[in-house]
Amino acid sequence: MEKFTPFESRMVVIARDNIDTDQIIPARFLKTISKVGLGDQLFCDWRYDADGKPKPDFILNKPESKACQVLLAGDNFGCGSSREHAPWALTQYGFRAVISTSFADIFKGNSLKNSLLPIVVPADVHAELLKNPQAPVKVDLASQTLTLGSGRSVKFPVDEFAKHCLLEGIDELGYMLQQEPAIAAFEAAHPVGIDTRA
Amino acid sequence: MSNSTKPRTIIEKIWDNHVVAERPGAPPLLYIDLHLVHEVTSPQAFDGLRTRGLKVRRPDLTIATTDHSTPTTPRGLPILDKIAATQVEKLIQNCKDFGIHCYPLGSDKQGIVHVIGPELGLTQPGMTVVCGDSHTATHGAMGALAIGIGTSEVENVLATQCLLLKRSKTYQVRVDGALKPGVSAKDIILALIARIGIGGGTGCIFEYCGSAIRSLSMEERMTVCNMSIEAGARAGLVAPDDTTYQYVAGREYAPKGAAWDESVARWRQLPTDEGAVYDKSIVIDAASLEPMITFGTNPGMGIPIRGAVPNPSDITDPLERDSLARALVYMDLPAGKPLLGHAINVVFIGSCTNSRISDLRTAASVLKGRKVHPGVRVLVVPGSQQVKEQAQAEGLDQIFRDAGADWREAGCSMCIAMNGDQLEPGQYSVSTSNRNFEGRQGKGARTFLASPMTAAASAIAGVVSDVRELL
Repeated sequence: MEKFTPFESRMVVIARDNIDTDQIIPARFLKTISKVGLGDQLFCDWRYDADGKPKPDFILNKPESKACQVLLAGDNFGCGSSREHAPWALTQYGFRAVISTSFADIFKGNSLKNSLLPIVVPADVHAELLKNPQAPVKVDLASQTLTLGSGRSVKFPVDEFAKHCLLEGIDELGYMLQQEPAIAAFEAAHPVGIDTRA
Repeated sequence: MSNSTKPRTIIEKIWDNHVVAERPGAPPLLYIDLHLVHEVTSPQAFDGLRTRGLKVRRPDLTIATTDHSTPTTPRGLPILDKIAATQVEKLIQNCKDFGIHCYPLGSDKQGIVHVIGPELGLTQPGMTVVCGDSHTATHGAMGALAIGIGTSEVENVLATQCLLLKRSKTYQVRVDGALKPGVSAKDIILALIARIGIGGGTGCIFEYCGSAIRSLSMEERMTVCNMSIEAGARAGLVAPDDTTYQYVAGREYAPKGAAWDESVARWRQLPTDEGAVYDKSIVIDAASLEPMITFGTNPGMGIPIRGAVPNPSDITDPLERDSLARALVYMDLPAGKPLLGHAINVVFIGSCTNSRISDLRTAASVLKGRKVHPGVRVLVVPGSQQVKEQAQAEGLDQIFRDAGADWREAGCSMCIAMNGDQLEPGQYSVSTSNRNFEGRQGKGARTFLASPMTAAASAIAGVVSDVRELL
């Protein structure tokens, strides 16, 4: 993974609450055995008509959305299925951060493992962002700061460990593998009853 | 580790029992007792292991089956969808390569991962269970802490048998009293989600308790726990009791002999201590519940079967109002009118929520001696091949066929519509599954979620129906 560096970008705004992962990437695309090639299917059923042609009025199809790295969405973004294909599709489209007033737990965890930063903001900040959808925002993970078009800076929360992994461009498995002695000790002290291969 | 004298909830007890390490600056490392694997969320995880040259640490605590991309047509037939066939074959190959026991297509124990885990006695009280699937909470019915995870975490668990996870808040869902006839476990959970909303449990783990929960069978408890995620919760569980022990006893992977007695003695320590404090709580009066049905495009958009679809103009929050208005446009429903009597095209009885033998018995009891409405296609999809065998031994398949329903092989089927079982654009279903998101049952599909009883009654009438008229 690449190190998560500060950036400035305009936003794609989809001001809907409870955008579920079936909308982010419909289940029929989950038959893939690969992680790649999902960016074109992002928001597929909102983005393309029955013939597969881009709907001109959908925000992702507008020329000004090209190169946007921030998605501004409504409350409880990413609810529903645990499919990691959702952050894969978002990052492969080009998003590096999603801003909302809240995120579903599994989606948030999956995003942090894929260099996609879920930024939780209070309702008043969210409202201000919605009022100035054209204004670029600045995202700085190291200082956990989101800077709005007005120049107003707000701090956002992020899990300390996830932040470390994002900034260093590492995943958490490396750390987990280093815990081998503790895992082995736990296993020795806690024999389990089942053997699925028996 | 927490102070042992402080009263703890079952959630904290299971958690504390599984903490491997808690280092400064990192979330707790939690040991996982059982890892369930299926074809959709695992191929990229196995590839990750290969890239890093890692093995599966505990294949003896890992089990796999195919369910999501899996056809429900007769088992001898090939999988027509080449991409799905590749995915199913990939799981079988990955299991071979990494030494994992798999119940593949064609096995007499294949089925929906959340149906076969309890059925085989793999899921046991006090365990930590994970699966790359958000409905993993189903296993919470056994008194296990069962958590849905993404593919990166599937890889992490395969490699280390551990999960890095921050503690969740504890949320007590107390359901007291007796359900009225025609009201079921599905209605309890749909009512809860309607009340607290689909984000109401975010950051939390539910413990379902109270006299109504105690009087539910294990399969009914699975239905309730299954949909914990639809309220946003990380997991949901029910403390084990004699109902649990009777269910687990004698199952294939359940402890036997002296090990059984030891296990039960240990499990009896799990229930929440007197005086333990929850971060949140809610009380629901079971006797006040009606059969529930959803009208919208998320599981929180539910109403009593005789209720009216809400009106967006009654909502003040603009985004909430917009969500409801959009949902009604997608569903092509008028605001303020009841759903009762609305024409439907398809009835789906199945999914990890409602495909167990008791669900099929309930649906069959309504359909017995009656006919499905000629305009309605009815799919009955057992949750596992073992459920299918049992249903056939009881003659339920014949009841379904005589009524005019389609009796299928086991799988997720029309709940997620990955296997060819799907609605046509614009069609309406009454479905016993767990999600009514836009396009969930096929592009443009419109889903009303309900109980097996409501689904069966609606199948007969060809419109959304109140089963109590048939009781």
